[in-house]
Amino acid sequence: MATITTSDTRLHTLPPATGRAGLRGALASEFTKLRSVRSTYWALAALLIVSIGVGALVMGGESGSLIHNPGNRAGFDGTQVSLIPFFEIGQLIIGVLGALTITSEYSTGMIRTSLTAMPRRGVVYAAKAIVFTCVTLVFTLITSFVAFFVGQAMVASTGEGASLFGNVKIPANAIFTGPGGPGSPPKVTLQGIDVITASTALRAVVGTALFVTLVALIAFGLGAIIRHTAGAIATVIGLMFIIPVVIQALPDNWRQDIMRFFPDAAGRVISVTVPGGGNQHLWSSWPQMLVTACYAVVLLAIGAYMFAKRDA
Amino acid sequence: MIEVRGLTKRYGAKTAVDDLTFSIEPGKVTGFLGPNGAGKTTTMRCILGLDYPDEGTVAVDGKSYHDLAYPMREVGALLDAKAVHGGRSARNHLLCLAQTNSLPKRRVAEVLELVGLTEVAGKRSKGFSLGMSQRLGIAGTLLGDPKVLMFDEPVNGLDPEGILWIRNLMRALAAEGRTVFVSSHLMAEMEHTADHLIVIGRGKLIADCTMSEFIAGSSGASVRVRTPSAAEFVRAVAAQGGTAVTEPDGSIEVRGMTTEQLGDLAFSEGIRLHELTTVRASLEEAFMELTASSVEYRADVPGAQQPSTTIGSGV
Repeated sequence: MATITTSDTRLHTLPPATGRAGLRGALASEFTKLRSVRSTYWALAALLIVSIGVGALVMGGESGSLIHNPGNRAGFDGTQVSLIPFFEIGQLIIGVLGALTITSEYSTGMIRTSLTAMPRRGVVYAAKAIVFTCVTLVFTLITSFVAFFVGQAMVASTGEGASLFGNVKIPANAIFTGPGGPGSPPKVTLQGIDVITASTALRAVVGTALFVTLVALIAFGLGAIIRHTAGAIATVIGLMFIIPVVIQALPDNWRQDIMRFFPDAAGRVISVTVPGGGNQHLWSSWPQMLVTACYAVVLLAIGAYMFAKRDA
Repeated sequence: MIEVRGLTKRYGAKTAVDDLTFSIEPGKVTGFLGPNGAGKTTTMRCILGLDYPDEGTVAVDGKSYHDLAYPMREVGALLDAKAVHGGRSARNHLLCLAQTNSLPKRRVAEVLELVGLTEVAGKRSKGFSLGMSQRLGIAGTLLGDPKVLMFDEPVNGLDPEGILWIRNLMRALAAEGRTVFVSSHLMAEMEHTADHLIVIGRGKLIADCTMSEFIAGSSGASVRVRTPSAAEFVRAVAAQGGTAVTEPDGSIEVRGMTTEQLGDLAFSEGIRLHELTTVRASLEEAFMELTASSVEYRADVPGAQQPSTTIGSGV
């Protein structure tokens, strides 16, 4: 390679600058960072494939079940079932990306280069959070809508699928009237009608995407606090998966009082479309979502404080 | 111009940098010297605002690093060539840095060309050799055409070609009027690069002086003499108050007398000389001597032509 001498310096003089480096440049930089590493594409592809793919498989199974056992049609929440893989598994995949957005800077040492280029840490943190939130929101919305449509298509032949374009009627109750013959389902009588409105289904689809985005931001905040990829991801799993399981093991009267205060609950509420299909021990969809949002805001704020105050 | 005033940084019970005060002048290569663990990197991290000092202040052109309007236009710093996301291509790495300071995108291609990485610009940097990583890091420091450049141990692990490249680059940058501040624990390397030296040991300032002062200030300066009449010459030197030691290879190392004095002495004594050479103490020796002794060091070379030089934190 060439040896550099003064005469080799081919750099042009930079145009003079006015103002100061701020959020605009930081946003552009953070978007470049996010789009220029493979882990982003892996995570987003995994989010789409797992959420939509598993959703389609589950709904395929439901389709058979609805045909062979008409009793299952009563209270069938096609919207929620199609979204369960998204908000249960997909939240962890996007959570990994949320944690990595911050922790990869620390694990690679890039943070020192980033903060040398832009020492105003609040701006860097805000830009990172904004870019990540926007990208995540776009992809969770895409995932949610596609998972919904694919899922409903899988049960289209049963007539029990939900719709964003019109109200759908499903049986409210099934009454067992006698055992079926060999190889045929038990005899049931379907009673009553539940109406799932298009707006309810839309709320569930959009709300679930928002819920998964909030989980991603919880992971982002934990990433800023913990600064280690494995530790941050383990904490997200603990918060979203382990704690709910532990709560299930508690005596009912304790469990029913506290379960609404945990961030995972909103996913199971916001995705419900069948009237009365929610959990009486949880708040309704938006207040329950506010709980998850509080976790996200508090963790993001603690993360911001630690990002700014600790030695990089 | 970088001004460090009373900088103190503690990590738990350990004081990494202890009341350090110095300034770095423009247009020079200032070497920042000290053994491993002396606090060089910590000092640089404090200058760049990566670490917060416990006491003292650091100013770049009179401002805190955090307040610089466009930091990359003021300071280009390379602390660790491997402090990059290895999954990002060289081009994108530089692009994301340039964008933070609203630098034009074409600048990325220019600095890549300058450091000779154009051909691998699209490759992920995790596959880069240390030499290539150093070049990428240096490309990053040049993006903003900064007035001040800081390098931490830039030649560590480089092959001779890479070392020469860095050395020439630093000299060229200083010749353009930029401030160059470079740390090393390799004393020999500094000897070829730096004009001015700041020496620290255990977080404290040991010396802040020019390179020639530093070397002259050590008592290591001696004269090597070869003569067929070794025994006679040693006696003559001793009679004049110098100290002469016969080396295993037969040469004589004289301290306390200059080549002029020794040449005249040999002439008057009728002793034939085959060699008469001033042996400059290497930076390494000077450094070892300084760090082994106390913080305050008073240079006093008997018989030296230049006035004795005081090196120490008070200078």
